[in-house]
Amino acid sequence: MTLTGIYRSRRSGTPDSETSSGGGGTAVMRVIVPLQGVVQGHGGLVLGSVIPCAFFYFLQFYLKRNRTDDPEPEPDPAIQNSASSTNNNSGSSSPSQSELNGLARSLSRVIISPRSSGAHVSVSGRANCILKGGDSPGLRRVEEDSYDESGNPDGIIELGLVQNKLSLDVIKDWVSQTSVGLSSSGIASYEPPDGLMELKMGVTRLMSEATKNAVTFDPTQLVLTSGAASAIEILSFCLADSGNAFLVPTPCSPGFDVDVKWRNGLEIIHVPCRSSDNFNISVTALDRSFSQAKKRGVRIRGVIISNPSNPMGSLLTRENLYALLDFTREKNIHIISNEIFASSVHGDEEEAEFVSIAEIADTEENLDKERVHIVYDLSKDLSFPGLRAGAIYSFNENVLAASRKLTAFSPVSSPSQHLLISAISKPEFIQTYIKTNRQRLQRIYSEFVKGLKGLGIECMRSNGGLFCWADMRGLISSYSEKGEIELWNKFLNIGKINVTPGSCCHCIEPGWFRFCFSNLSDKDVLVVMNRIRKVCKSQD
Amino acid sequence: MRLIVPLRGVIQGRGGLFVGSLIPCCLFYFLQLYLKGRRPPPSDPTELPRTSSRSNLFSRGNSIGRVRVSSRALPVAKPSDSPYYIGLERVKTDPYDRITNTDGIIQLGLAESTLCFDLLQRWMSENLMDSIMQSDAGEFDISNIAMYKPFEGLLELRVAFADFMSRIMGGKVSFDPSNMVITAGGTPAIEVLAFCLADHGNAFLIPTPYYPGFERDIKFRTGVELIPVHCRSSDNFTVTVSALEQAFNQARKRGSKVSGILFSNPSNPVGNILSRETLHDILKFAQEKNIHVISDEIFADSVYGDKEFVSMAEVAYSEEFDKSRVHIIYALSKDLSIPGFRAGVIYSFHEDVVNAAKKLMRFTSVSVPVRRILISLLSDVRFIEEYMTAHRQRIRDKHIRFVEGLKQLGIPCAVSGGGLYCWVDMSSLLTSYSEKGELELFEKLLTVAKINATPGTACYCIEPGWFRCCFTALADEDIPVIMDRIRQLC
Repeated sequence: MTLTGIYRSRRSGTPDSETSSGGGGTAVMRVIVPLQGVVQGHGGLVLGSVIPCAFFYFLQFYLKRNRTDDPEPEPDPAIQNSASSTNNNSGSSSPSQSELNGLARSLSRVIISPRSSGAHVSVSGRANCILKGGDSPGLRRVEEDSYDESGNPDGIIELGLVQNKLSLDVIKDWVSQTSVGLSSSGIASYEPPDGLMELKMGVTRLMSEATKNAVTFDPTQLVLTSGAASAIEILSFCLADSGNAFLVPTPCSPGFDVDVKWRNGLEIIHVPCRSSDNFNISVTALDRSFSQAKKRGVRIRGVIISNPSNPMGSLLTRENLYALLDFTREKNIHIISNEIFASSVHGDEEEAEFVSIAEIADTEENLDKERVHIVYDLSKDLSFPGLRAGAIYSFNENVLAASRKLTAFSPVSSPSQHLLISAISKPEFIQTYIKTNRQRLQRIYSEFVKGLKGLGIECMRSNGGLFCWADMRGLISSYSEKGEIELWNKFLNIGKINVTPGSCCHCIEPGWFRFCFSNLSDKDVLVVMNRIRKVCKSQD
Repeated sequence: MRLIVPLRGVIQGRGGLFVGSLIPCCLFYFLQLYLKGRRPPPSDPTELPRTSSRSNLFSRGNSIGRVRVSSRALPVAKPSDSPYYIGLERVKTDPYDRITNTDGIIQLGLAESTLCFDLLQRWMSENLMDSIMQSDAGEFDISNIAMYKPFEGLLELRVAFADFMSRIMGGKVSFDPSNMVITAGGTPAIEVLAFCLADHGNAFLIPTPYYPGFERDIKFRTGVELIPVHCRSSDNFTVTVSALEQAFNQARKRGSKVSGILFSNPSNPVGNILSRETLHDILKFAQEKNIHVISDEIFADSVYGDKEFVSMAEVAYSEEFDKSRVHIIYALSKDLSIPGFRAGVIYSFHEDVVNAAKKLMRFTSVSVPVRRILISLLSDVRFIEEYMTAHRQRIRDKHIRFVEGLKQLGIPCAVSGGGLYCWVDMSSLLTSYSEKGELELFEKLLTVAKINATPGTACYCIEPGWFRCCFTALADEDIPVIMDRIRQLC
């Protein structure tokens, strides 16, 4: 019998440890055993080691129960009830009884204490978690003291916020033309919160445009939300239950932590990619994380990727996407592809081809598409983040039905919808805009990268997105997160530029930084370079 | 005792019962330890391909790759069985139109006002463009509206909102803009508040009948329960402290933690206005139990009776109460009839709630162009005054006409003083005095009379036969049509 074997081996193991601590001999044994009074010699060694074990077991049990009613958002009344019922009929087992009494007492204390402290009413535990997190000190500093070429030349230059200021003149023309027509349309009354059909058709056309019309998107599979953040929140709510997890290859967008975790109670398991692979997503690493999580008892419900990737700005190839889809099919999980920079591609026409995951899902015959979900952001691609318009594109009927209802909590307002309709229903506007924007992105990107190169800083080659991913490992004082944050502080305080450190993107290699160059004009690039030079010098 | 102990041979009597129960526990503990130890080590690179290929076969053969959505999404995805939503959907299939579809279903289920559209239209056509493109320096700067702005709303907008709110409360309360968070409408405001005040599984007390949408707003994602506190027609559906007390104690006994009280004032669907004394009692009760108070004051300006509207904020300010438990929800959808703008506000005296809500605005902020329009709209005092007077006057007129029409059919309404609806007692039309009878009448109203009115069951009213009828989207000539249609059922 294996059990007795274990028992015996345990038994043969314990004397060693006990003699080493006590000194050896039978007389000593009495001294060691803590429950000597109860056991009195008979099999004393065994019982003396067994009883503490049992207590330890109950302690664990007790701690586990206690844990459910405080930090977790589920103070399950059922557990409390069952606890009190065992309390009633467990008279035979004295240790568990005393522990349960302890439980009840600590609970009542919780109820009394807020009253005695001047009756201050508390907020929910989950609101407290939110209060602690999600602050970005850099942004606040920029708000207080932002750079202006003429007004505040010593202010902080924003390179951390992902927004595009390059094509604002085109946007301005559009707004000036269309807001005249706004007033006549019924913008005040109720509109479906998930978007007017007219707008959805425009959005799908725009999405097709980004893929060079390789895919036609179906407007009935589209749900509009107020921004990509709420799109991701709603999607992850629909795909996973509280306590489940998503796999996210890192470095990733810093926003995922907030969007997925805050209100949905989900976990993110980071799957690190390395600079030696050009930060490419490796399916082997995904697989390893998947099985590790499974062993820990965590249920993985999907993978979240960004394409073009954020913060690297690289485009995923067809092969990458096929591999990812195969992986998700193998594990029977979902895939969320975050394609908010689909039109913000700046590489060469031939080389930089954006491939939407919808195209892959369409071409595979026997692939069930129900696992594929796309997040799109109108405001990112149209350089109009103030409009707060994002979208969910999904092949799953249940997800679509649930998301449509959930958009009541994150609606796109009617004036925004009508403004957007007026813009994207004109194909010529979209084409001019995308073309102009691409050229300008291309120019500022090459200028920026060239500038950094002049300072001896290399960037990852990128073809998309509004940012570049710079390798500053040579500049950090110690090869650690601490060293990275130190450098970031110097950028903010000495260089007066706000950038995003790799640690915010959960990059496991220290020394990488994201620069969002679309905030800059040509002139600003020179200023930024001078400021970086200043920081480099101070590092030497 | 000897007979009970299974390991008698080992223990031989002394402390037998105790030890005899402990030893099996230990063995079980070791068994767990042993099983855990026997599990293969996690990251064995040679084994990895094999396990992956196995699960590969498994998922394909077994479930044919159908991927499942979360179990909490399924109840959201399935069509609602509440008559409130069923009615709204039915109207969409065949809406009444005075000229083109005279046989269509008349909508009395949606609390929407078209009474002052002429005024709004005029303002929009004069000011909309300027308000979007306004700028300080004269030149229109697109980055003012296009770029990211603080999610919680510009200070300028919060100041305008605070002024507007004090104005509709008759200037008796002044609202502090720093206690405000601007949300994308009343619905997200309620959800965010519920999220911040209660944890999953906690509960709010809510006097019935209540707004049918609360079920969706609160239960869909926050997992907060609603515990009904039943009010009766004999009290004109006003909540009493003894009923609250009773519901609170019952919930306590069942083991659920009550985090707050939620109510609408002016109430929805009844339309009655809570008196200062009632508000005082509710707050005192909340203080006693140390719970929150959420007052939904979305209809604060849609008041047509003689009774004066009192905001919870006023009561909280006037007494020695701990204000931090008071939270107010307001929105412009009803009082300014601009639901499409999706503009609401959370007004809270609790600093933590304000800060947490500000962070959550990432998911539900008002778009920047809309903020610009709202700033100019709300600070246009002359227009607002004109609008408010007209709005109240027109609701009052419509209410009188509607209630008079019903009276002639012998159908009484509850006494009401606010809201865009009235609470109609159709119990005389019921075939059986029960929920079933009420739903039958609802169906008959929809199919025979072609009217969508919200039945009391959708509002969790315990007395059958009550219906909520919204009259503010009707033209005067629609009212006789409705009365004729109801007459068919009498």
